[in-house]
Amino acid sequence: MPGRCPVTAPTTAPAVDEGDLLAHFDALVAAGETIEPRDWMPDGYRRMLVRQIAQHAHSEIIGMQPEGAWLTRAPSLHRKSVLIAKVQDEAGHGLYLYSAAETLGVDRAALLDALHRGQQRASATFNHPALTWADTGAIAWLTDGAAVINQAPLCRTSYGPYARAMRRVCQEEAFHVRQGYDLMRALCEGTPEQKAMAQDAVNRWWLPAVALMFGPPDTEAGGADARTAALGAAVSRRAMAWGIKRHTNDELRQRFVDSCVPQAERLGLTLPDPAIRWNEERGHYDFTPIDWDTYREALGDDTHWARQRIAHRRAAHEDGAWVREAAAAYAARTDGTGGEDE
Amino acid sequence: MSGTREGAPASWEVFLRSRRGLAHQHVGSVRAAGPDAALAAARDLYTRRGEPLSLWVVRSDAVHTASPDERDPYFAGARHKPYRYPEHFAPLTEKGPEGEHHE
Repeated sequence: MPGRCPVTAPTTAPAVDEGDLLAHFDALVAAGETIEPRDWMPDGYRRMLVRQIAQHAHSEIIGMQPEGAWLTRAPSLHRKSVLIAKVQDEAGHGLYLYSAAETLGVDRAALLDALHRGQQRASATFNHPALTWADTGAIAWLTDGAAVINQAPLCRTSYGPYARAMRRVCQEEAFHVRQGYDLMRALCEGTPEQKAMAQDAVNRWWLPAVALMFGPPDTEAGGADARTAALGAAVSRRAMAWGIKRHTNDELRQRFVDSCVPQAERLGLTLPDPAIRWNEERGHYDFTPIDWDTYREALGDDTHWARQRIAHRRAAHEDGAWVREAAAAYAARTDGTGGEDE
Repeated sequence: MSGTREGAPASWEVFLRSRRGLAHQHVGSVRAAGPDAALAAARDLYTRRGEPLSLWVVRSDAVHTASPDERDPYFAGARHKPYRYPEHFAPLTEKGPEGEHHE
C-alpha cells in the first residue's frame, strides 16, 4: 500500500478525554474517512443517523405498497416479472438499512415497532394511492429517479455501514428508474387512452416526488420563508458538517428538476408545473417553489392513505408472526447450532 | 455487538464469494433464527443478481474483533516501519518501477 499514511490515530495511549475523542472524530470526518461502528462518535451524530436511516428503511418497505398493489394486475408476464423484481429490491433495501441502523446499537424490532405505533415515519410520498397501471411507471421514473439523486451522494456518507448499504441500494435503483421510464414510453407510444393514462399519473406523482422526496426547503432560494429556511438550513448544515449529507435539499431538488424536464420532453409528457422554464442566466430550469406548509398540512398522518399504509404494514407483520415463531422453534430444536444457547 | 433478546432472531454476518478467484467478502448482515434460515435470508438478500459462487454466514456474536480503538498499542507493530514498503528503497532501473512494466 504505497503512500498510506497513518491518518490521525492518536500516537500516545488511547484517548479517554471526551475532547480528544471529539477531535479525533472530527479529524476523521474532515479527512473524508469513514466512521465505523466501534469508533467513538458524538451522541448527536448517532441520533441523527438512527433517525435518518430508520426513516429511510421505513420508506423502502412502505414504498413497496403502492406498486405491490399492481403485481396481480400487470398487463403482461414480462412487466409482472420486472415489477416483482423491483418490489423485491425495495424489501431488500429496507433490510440493508435496518442492518446498518443496528450497528448503531438500536434493535430492528424496536424500529419496526416505532413505525407501527407512529413514533417514526416513512416518507409521505407513499401516502398516495397508485390508481392506474401507469402509476407504477410514474412512481419508478419520478420517485425512484428522485431517490437516485438523493442517494448517490449518500454512497459517500461518513458512516461506513450506511455508505456501504447505499452503494448496494444505488446499484439497484438504476434498474428501477430505467424500467419505469421504459414502462412510461410504452404507454406514450400506445393508444391515445394509454398516453392519457401516463399523463394523468405524472400529474399526480410529480409534486410528491419533487416536494417530499427531498424534504423541506432549506434555502430561501428554494422558496421557503426566512424562518423555515433558517430552520432547515441549520439541520442541513449540521448534517453536512458531520459528512452525513453532502448537499442541501434544494440543491438536490434542482438537480432532479434539471434531469426530469428533458426526459419528460422525450416522452412527450408535460410536467404539471407551468413555471418550468429554462433559465439561461442560472443554467437551470426554474420551477414553482414548494409551498411546504400547505402541502404538509394536506398530507398529515391522519389521511386515509397514511393510515392505510401503516395498517397494511401492521397486518403483514402480525400475520407473519407464526413464521417467525416456527423458525425460532425449529432453530431451538436443531441441536443448538442455530437457536439461542444458554 | 448488541445483546440478543429472548426469542429474538440472532444477527448473522454474511460473506459472499461473487466470482471464482476472489476471497469471500463481507457484504452485510441478516437476522435469522438459525443457520439454515440465515443462509436462505442471505441468498434472498445478497444474491438476487449474477452467479454467486458461495455464501458463508457466521453468527455476529461469534466474531471476535480488535477495533481501531485498540490501534494503540494493539496495532502498534505495523507503524513507523516504512522499510516494509518497496517505495522505501530506490527502484532497480533509471525509469523507475513503471518503466519495468512497459518493457
